[in-house]
Amino acid sequence: MIAEIGLAALWLSAALAVLQLVGGFFGARDETNELRALVRPAAVLQAVLCVISFLCLVWVFYVTDLSVKLVANNSHSMKPLAFKLSGAWANHEGSMLLWITVMAAAGGLIAFIERRLPERAMMATLGTQAFVGIGFYLFILLASNPFERLSPVPADGNGLNPLLQDMGVSFHPPTLYIGYVGLSVAFSFALGALLTRNVTPEFARVMRPWVLGAWIFLTIGIAAGSYWAYYELGWGGWWFWDPVENASLMPWLAATALLHSASVLAARDALRTWTIMLGVVAFSMSMVGTFLVRSGILTSVHAFAVDPERGSFILALLALYIGGALVVFAMRASTIAEGQRFSITSREGALVVNNVALSAILGIVLLGTLYPLLTEAFDVRVSVGPPYFNPVSAIFLVPMLLVLAVGPLLRWRRDSLARIKWPVIVIVVAILVVLIAAALFAEMSILPLLGIALAAGVGIASFMPLRGRSLRRTPLAIWGMCIAHFGVAVSLFGMAADSAFQQERLVAANVGDTIEIGPWEATLQSISPVAGPNWTAMQADMFYSYEGGPLMEGHPQARSFWAPPGETSEVALITRWNGQLYAAVGNMAEDGRWQLRLWWKPFVTWIWYGGLLIALGGVIALVGRVVSDLRRREAEARGEARPYPDEVEYADYDEVRSIAGPEEAKS
Amino acid sequence: MSTGLKPKHQRLVLVIVALVVLLGAGALAAYALRNQASYFYVPADIAANPPEVGQDIRLGGMVEMGSINTADDGVTVHFVVGDGAARVPVTYAGIVPDLFVEGSGVVAEGAMNAEGTFVASNLLAKHDENYMPRELEGMTMEEARETVAETYE
Repeated sequence: MIAEIGLAALWLSAALAVLQLVGGFFGARDETNELRALVRPAAVLQAVLCVISFLCLVWVFYVTDLSVKLVANNSHSMKPLAFKLSGAWANHEGSMLLWITVMAAAGGLIAFIERRLPERAMMATLGTQAFVGIGFYLFILLASNPFERLSPVPADGNGLNPLLQDMGVSFHPPTLYIGYVGLSVAFSFALGALLTRNVTPEFARVMRPWVLGAWIFLTIGIAAGSYWAYYELGWGGWWFWDPVENASLMPWLAATALLHSASVLAARDALRTWTIMLGVVAFSMSMVGTFLVRSGILTSVHAFAVDPERGSFILALLALYIGGALVVFAMRASTIAEGQRFSITSREGALVVNNVALSAILGIVLLGTLYPLLTEAFDVRVSVGPPYFNPVSAIFLVPMLLVLAVGPLLRWRRDSLARIKWPVIVIVVAILVVLIAAALFAEMSILPLLGIALAAGVGIASFMPLRGRSLRRTPLAIWGMCIAHFGVAVSLFGMAADSAFQQERLVAANVGDTIEIGPWEATLQSISPVAGPNWTAMQADMFYSYEGGPLMEGHPQARSFWAPPGETSEVALITRWNGQLYAAVGNMAEDGRWQLRLWWKPFVTWIWYGGLLIALGGVIALVGRVVSDLRRREAEARGEARPYPDEVEYADYDEVRSIAGPEEAKS
Repeated sequence: MSTGLKPKHQRLVLVIVALVVLLGAGALAAYALRNQASYFYVPADIAANPPEVGQDIRLGGMVEMGSINTADDGVTVHFVVGDGAARVPVTYAGIVPDLFVEGSGVVAEGAMNAEGTFVASNLLAKHDENYMPRELEGMTMEEARETVAETYE
């Protein structure tokens, strides 16, 4: 019954999406068309119905209703509750339902909240959102129905891939999907603005918080996914350039570029065409990622749905939406008037460099990800890994980080490097000192060396934009920028330090043996069998001591699951502020010794702390934007015409200051 | 940099520089891909056309029956990967995946050494019943069975 309600709600949502598209189409052509009035309610109701449908799916997983095929295939009555629930989206059909639910929710939210744009642009935006949604509704309802019944009802389910039975998985895909699909809003706004010839700073201001929201979720999702791979796969690595990881990185790169170019458009009315293009590209990358993961054309841990029919369906959708958007872009781009001009040495100029570098890295990751698929068409099988991705993307990452350090110090429109001579000297000296010191006192290869030096430079530079400001009156958006940039430095330092200084020991140990690794001593106390709800394991009881300090416990396990059968390695992590000890237990050798693999990974946790700081910076900026927008609305309601207070401070602050201050005389 | 260029020209310069950088990125990526992509070999390919020593490749095939040997250190394994046409000795130091067993498919990442042994840095074995390394999909069950049967003799 519940499953049928879910399915009915989904069909109704699809019908509402059609209504929304029709209403949006007429509303965008003619502001007075009466169908227009249907659009917003249709979007909101669609969101509600999709959420109901998704909750129905969670419910059938909660009660383990084995007459539903998806539950029978992916769940098991003995599974812990948390994994029963997460089982709802840890499979193809469920994750597509999550996708469309997020998409409908985002559409419903903009329909409900957003009143700033001209009505025609808004109608075109919501129409586009519905148009994209319809394709995915069709895909779910025709090719991947999550509520399909099964007869006869099996005695028990097949269970869930053991690798996915982890708290990380309960949290990771929904976060990532909110990010992925949240970018559909940017896509719809961009096309709406393009179709109604409405590419204005106002459009960028309206779009920016939505992009920022999606970007925050993407950032957290990528960081969480990286940490999950780190501790669950038991290989000690935190980024494998796996196609599935790349699929989440590419939308993030595009969204990061879009955030920065939208800032230029909002503040200075420049980069109009480029911002529209990025809005299209960002969500296109989300769809490409979904295609790569969902079509089963890649074989990796994540690609467990292998079904060519579905693959071609998604490919057709991809061609329709990306191709269609690019055609509209090509036809309309020439109608976008040239934006405000700026000098190369200006904030805008620096942001253009940032955008070009991010786009270049995006292209490099995209080519590297697709290359194995292209060569396979010619029957040549290759894999592309770190030897390609690391150095090639570093070529663009290094200049981007240098500009990241200096760019925020520049003024809008026109500036000179001579004005910011002293901060630049401080940054350059910091980079050089660290570079030389690290090269002299530590042996490391070129990329970690550059990474540590740049981390120092960016770290110092990240808070320089606060120089000379009253900290209490600094807009939250500026604080957000500083914190996010500082997060980049922290994360970069973690990556470089881990790559340069990690130590690894691989031994076969007897019970009672002590293994030295870096500053650590690890003792294998005993090996004992343990059991969980749906697994058994051999557990190594180990004690660890850092530089002869107090003993700490940690119990790596080799787990065997029986429903479905599978094995995972549960690592033990001993976390200190300056890094992690990582221990995994393997198999018993013939002579009774146990294989142990230990890593000392200095500062590795900083990678994820940095990621969280980046996300936190986004949250602070988002709060700042929303609050100042609310204030502006209140002021308008009182009848006071008020410009964007944050934009004045953020964009023209420097100019206001220079007009008020003695520096004016110079320019 | 803020020279005597007119703003219009500055904009043009910026667009051209951006285009050049992006095209450069594409060219660089294409060049690097040709050199850095690691090619997939089955033992027959290695016999027919041996890769350079030290070049990163991936080797796929079936682990021959009775070929897995653990060295005295307890962590280094030696085994032989075959595809029915040729055999390649492999050595790997590390914790082997749990589904790495004799007579089953495996893909090893690593490089050949001067002695003609493949030194694996990573082993990818079948994760479960539904998972097959993509490169092994081309190998039919018959080929796999042949490989297994041969090694039983």
